[in-house]
Amino acid sequence: MSDDTRSLSPRDLMPIWEVFIRPRTGLAHSHVGSVHASDEVMAVQAARDVYTRRGEGVSIWVVPSASITASDPDQRDENFDPAASKVYRHPSFYDIPDDVGHM
Amino acid sequence: MAGRDHLADDTADDLLALLLWIGDDHLILGHRLSEWCGHAPMLEEDLALPNMALDLIGTARMCYGYAAEIEGGGRSEDDYAFLRDGTDFRHMLMVERPNGDFAHTMLRQFLFAAWMHPLWDGLTGASDARLADHAGKAVKEMAYHVRHSGEWVIRLGDGTAESARRMRAALDDLGPYIGEMFESDETSARLVVAGLLPDPATVRAAFDSTVARTFTMAQLPPLEIGAGISGGRAGRHGEVLGHLLAEMQFLQRAYPGQTW
Repeated sequence: MSDDTRSLSPRDLMPIWEVFIRPRTGLAHSHVGSVHASDEVMAVQAARDVYTRRGEGVSIWVVPSASITASDPDQRDENFDPAASKVYRHPSFYDIPDDVGHM
Repeated sequence: MAGRDHLADDTADDLLALLLWIGDDHLILGHRLSEWCGHAPMLEEDLALPNMALDLIGTARMCYGYAAEIEGGGRSEDDYAFLRDGTDFRHMLMVERPNGDFAHTMLRQFLFAAWMHPLWDGLTGASDARLADHAGKAVKEMAYHVRHSGEWVIRLGDGTAESARRMRAALDDLGPYIGEMFESDETSARLVVAGLLPDPATVRAAFDSTVARTFTMAQLPPLEIGAGISGGRAGRHGEVLGHLLAEMQFLQRAYPGQTW
């Protein structure tokens, strides 16, 4: 038992974890939201209870929110606007043979 | 398979008793857990506690539905839940105890699940197909209840000075009610012989092992089950049950036959 937990804030005791769910085998884990939890074991449990109540998934990942590095909102224009004028990057100029099926 | 035709008369009566023990344990504890809805200490637990409550109430519904068929008196599962008086209920006293604080609720849930998990595990091989079939579902639910509540018991027991104090107080409060889980009588002995209850020694060994492992990590003293308070299986309940039933049964008592 640690005696110095009294000085910790609720945010320190219960940090935020980002939750990723794999809806079924073969699909990627997708971000679904976040939970508060004391550690990674409790975070997986909380994610299970909050985000898989209706059969949404077969696998859960949790990541400390503090571990995520995000792009700077102030750099949004320079990051993303240049892609808007390059329509030729979309693979919509090709005829896909029927045999290929769903892509 | 409907009714009791597939069972010998004596076995049918014993199975009926068993279904009410299990059904009442699950309904009353499920109701207690549901009382946390909207009041849990954090949103995550506000969902987790009703999740567990719904698992328990699902088992109660199976038990009452099957009991009604065996009884053959035209009662429905709602009649068992909402139109019986306190002395007709056969749950053990621990499940009707008020929730207390979060530590108390989690410890009670852990003890209950640590007992029911090996019991359902044994019942997956029950001689009655319907009971065995439900056991296959319930054993998974109880495995999660053990894990969810057990992890909380560990973190509160080995947490801050305040959480440790509360977990120890919960153990003091619940201690006298644990022994009733392991009581046996002539009916339960016949149920074991008939393959409708697992060997009590096996269940007890699994319970002891689960509790010992968790209590060690939770910095709790070893569990000693001494002489305690019982009588629930005979319908002798505490005053608290009356208050619980007044709330749980209000709608059907005030508006008989009401549905939605």
